[in-house]
Amino acid sequence: MYDVVVIGAGVTGSAVARELSAYQLKTLVLEREEDVCCGTSKANSAIVHAGFDAEPGSWKARMNVEGNLRIRQLSEKLDFPYKQNGSLVLCFEEEGIGKLEELKERGEKNGVEGLEIITGERIWEMEPNLSRQVKAMLYAPTGGIVCPFKMTIALAENANVNGVEFVFDTCVENIEKTAEGYRIETEKGSYETHCVVNAAGVYADVFNNMVSKRKLSITPRKGEYCLMDKKAGTFVSHTVFQLPTAMGKGVLITPTVHGNLLAGPTAEDMEDREGVQTTASGIAKLSQQAKKSAENVPLSMVITSFAGLRATEKGGDFVLGEPEDAKGFYNAAGIESPGLSSAPAIGVYLAKQISEQLGAEKKTDFVSTRKDIPCVSEASPEEIRRLIEEDPAYGNVICRCETVTEGEIVNAIRRPLGARSLDGVKRRTRAGMGRCQSGFCAPRTMEILARELKKSPLELTKTGGKSRLLTEV
Amino acid sequence: MDRYDLIIIGGGPAGLAAAISAKEQGVTNLLILERDQELGGILNQCIHNGFGLHTFKEELTGPEYAQRFIDRAAELEVPYKLQTMVLDISEDGGEKTVTAMNRKDGLLVLKTKAVILAMGCRERPRGALNIPGYRPAGIYTAGTAQRLVNMEGYMPGREVVILGSGDIGLIMARRMTLEGAKVKVVAELMPYSGGLQRNIVQCLEDFHIPLKLSHTVVDIQGKERVTGVTLAEVDENRKPIPGTEEFYSCDTLLLSCGLIPENELSAKMGIKLSRVTSGAVVNESLETSVEGVFACGNVLHVHDLVDYVSEEAKRAGSHAAEYIHNWKEEAIKETWELEVEPQNGIRYTVPQTIRPEHMEEKLTLRFRVGAVYKDRYISVYCGSKRIFHKKKKKMAPGEMEQVTLQKSDLTAAPGLDKIIMKLEEA
Repeated sequence: MYDVVVIGAGVTGSAVARELSAYQLKTLVLEREEDVCCGTSKANSAIVHAGFDAEPGSWKARMNVEGNLRIRQLSEKLDFPYKQNGSLVLCFEEEGIGKLEELKERGEKNGVEGLEIITGERIWEMEPNLSRQVKAMLYAPTGGIVCPFKMTIALAENANVNGVEFVFDTCVENIEKTAEGYRIETEKGSYETHCVVNAAGVYADVFNNMVSKRKLSITPRKGEYCLMDKKAGTFVSHTVFQLPTAMGKGVLITPTVHGNLLAGPTAEDMEDREGVQTTASGIAKLSQQAKKSAENVPLSMVITSFAGLRATEKGGDFVLGEPEDAKGFYNAAGIESPGLSSAPAIGVYLAKQISEQLGAEKKTDFVSTRKDIPCVSEASPEEIRRLIEEDPAYGNVICRCETVTEGEIVNAIRRPLGARSLDGVKRRTRAGMGRCQSGFCAPRTMEILARELKKSPLELTKTGGKSRLLTEV
Repeated sequence: MDRYDLIIIGGGPAGLAAAISAKEQGVTNLLILERDQELGGILNQCIHNGFGLHTFKEELTGPEYAQRFIDRAAELEVPYKLQTMVLDISEDGGEKTVTAMNRKDGLLVLKTKAVILAMGCRERPRGALNIPGYRPAGIYTAGTAQRLVNMEGYMPGREVVILGSGDIGLIMARRMTLEGAKVKVVAELMPYSGGLQRNIVQCLEDFHIPLKLSHTVVDIQGKERVTGVTLAEVDENRKPIPGTEEFYSCDTLLLSCGLIPENELSAKMGIKLSRVTSGAVVNESLETSVEGVFACGNVLHVHDLVDYVSEEAKRAGSHAAEYIHNWKEEAIKETWELEVEPQNGIRYTVPQTIRPEHMEEKLTLRFRVGAVYKDRYISVYCGSKRIFHKKKKKMAPGEMEQVTLQKSDLTAAPGLDKIIMKLEEA
């Protein structure tokens, strides 16, 4: 019997699990994929929103502004890459300046600090590559960028170190109320629990609707992105949004925390909850819209494109907490943008409610910090020397584009909730995330994975399930 | 801190030939830095034959060709370090610093008078091609598949579609077929193949593998592993023509869509790169814009025959030796330098500049054309004077061409700032 079962090991589920792990609770995370961070959390804008966008008083506004602060603190405690680079909202028409003012007021109501409207030459002093069509822009100095993989992995890993169990490759099929709480049925057996946290992304409505008459309805909204080479990483230094117009919400251009340049997302409502394919029309649309912000956006330097699905709930806001008719069933549903920014706040909010309901005490031995895998490409010469002295594998470069060593890959596999697939290694170390997109390192990473996991290379996958990399001769 | 006269970055065919040549010219304090586990570079995975027809007048496999150079380097006792990754090259007052790393020595900071860049090239990945669709397992560049099959002994898949008809793609079409896979089709975006004619005949036609020119992949199906791809014909602007889509079920998509010289280190060092070749801009001595840094092989421009790589690298090695022998003897002096301007069908030349006073009696210029041409003259003009004129029956972008210039022709026109190379109608 568990105290809490969390469904979904994305950034929200992992954040809730991490906060729950501070309490004396028996907690389990169920994930249908082979790793954490495999759904919406892995394919998004990687932005920490300042929080001016959401309606004052909404869950989105509250959680975003609080989450923004928490991510800054957490990035130090849990050692994941975060940078406060500031964000800009561009306005291309004189008439739009009023809307920028509204946005600024809304932000101030939400508690966002330092908002400022910028006009004239200061626009191009701040961002020389922006279009000359920009009339004004809203500057939010608290906007930031984060590595969504490393953030999710750090939260999950820290939860695991503090006693939270994770079960992967397990799809929840049904949830039933019981006398003491809930029975969660999966393809691999059932789990009894007092409480449930529904952090199931685009499937969160399905699980809510199994236990509550307050029906939710989630439409997956696809966003396509283009990621550009690090050579293009300084094209803009802030995250550049566009003021939504009648023509649509526009796309953003942003540096990533690792130094690439990212453009996207498009917005297309989907029926298929697994429909993460990119399309020629989507990429064309995003390139056209990105050029509106900056004509010379270097899309010829794209190294990969991808698509993610936002879990858009019909009510338009996050759905947090217990439905009236399902005590002990805690929703974290409809977590679309600004979900990544809000996750740490959602974690704290739900963990507090759950611990109060169950009367759980805080642990005295909670480990609140964690160190990430050493990063040779960012280490000083002294650190590199020390690392290689301790373990020569840190001198053996496997991924040449991102300078990722064997030591880092082995570390990624051996640590708690370690990598078990090529993408698992990629998300933890960046091996294969560079300009050759794993052309050179894939065979060598596979060799290390096979050796460390004591598997035949034939069993290795790109990202779990049936995504086998090789076939029988 | 260790000091060298010459550090060669890369121990593939270019690096080996350059090192051998420099050693033969009397450079004894030299070192090859190779990132892989053995010397020979990409030749180690090219187990097909056809190498060495020009150099050795015989047909060798890739590893055999490499071995000739590895043996010669061993004979000459050329030192090398394996599994050593160069992280940075910098220059200060003529002296260069090479920062590298390996398991045994840890972080290495090496000083050297001259550097030869011989890092080779990489393949253009799926992402850079913006092919729409899912991102399942089973999408490999042809070179990665070649390594898996020929060196690791694993099959990346059973039913294959290949996009791009570069040489590695053609070679892999045959290789996968010989290993029991079914290669269903090779699609090429352009109206002509980017590979050598002999490879189209020997690797596709001999195995009845269809080559679809002016076709591309417009969709990749399969959420976990590739289950199929959709091809479509493209118009003259390389845009897919609606209605021409055709689905091919397969578990593997191999990509052979172009090679890119790996010049990240060169760019970081401030070396001037060509937008056409993505390699360094070099003079007749294969010296880059940074004095004492030379480049050769596929890091300079992508070659189709390794024989030409070896020949070019040999020249780079001997020019580096010359530079080292004259180290600090003469201050950098203003020298007459002219540009080679490619026009009318010629995409680029290597070298891009010539200092006539420094050139040997004859100089080979290599170049590529931008489209398929039949019965054209290759002409070189020195002002209004035509100094080279030769008819070619057929030229294609996939086949590297060359012309040889005479020093006397250039020195006869002192002060000229450029020579023009172009194709002319017969």
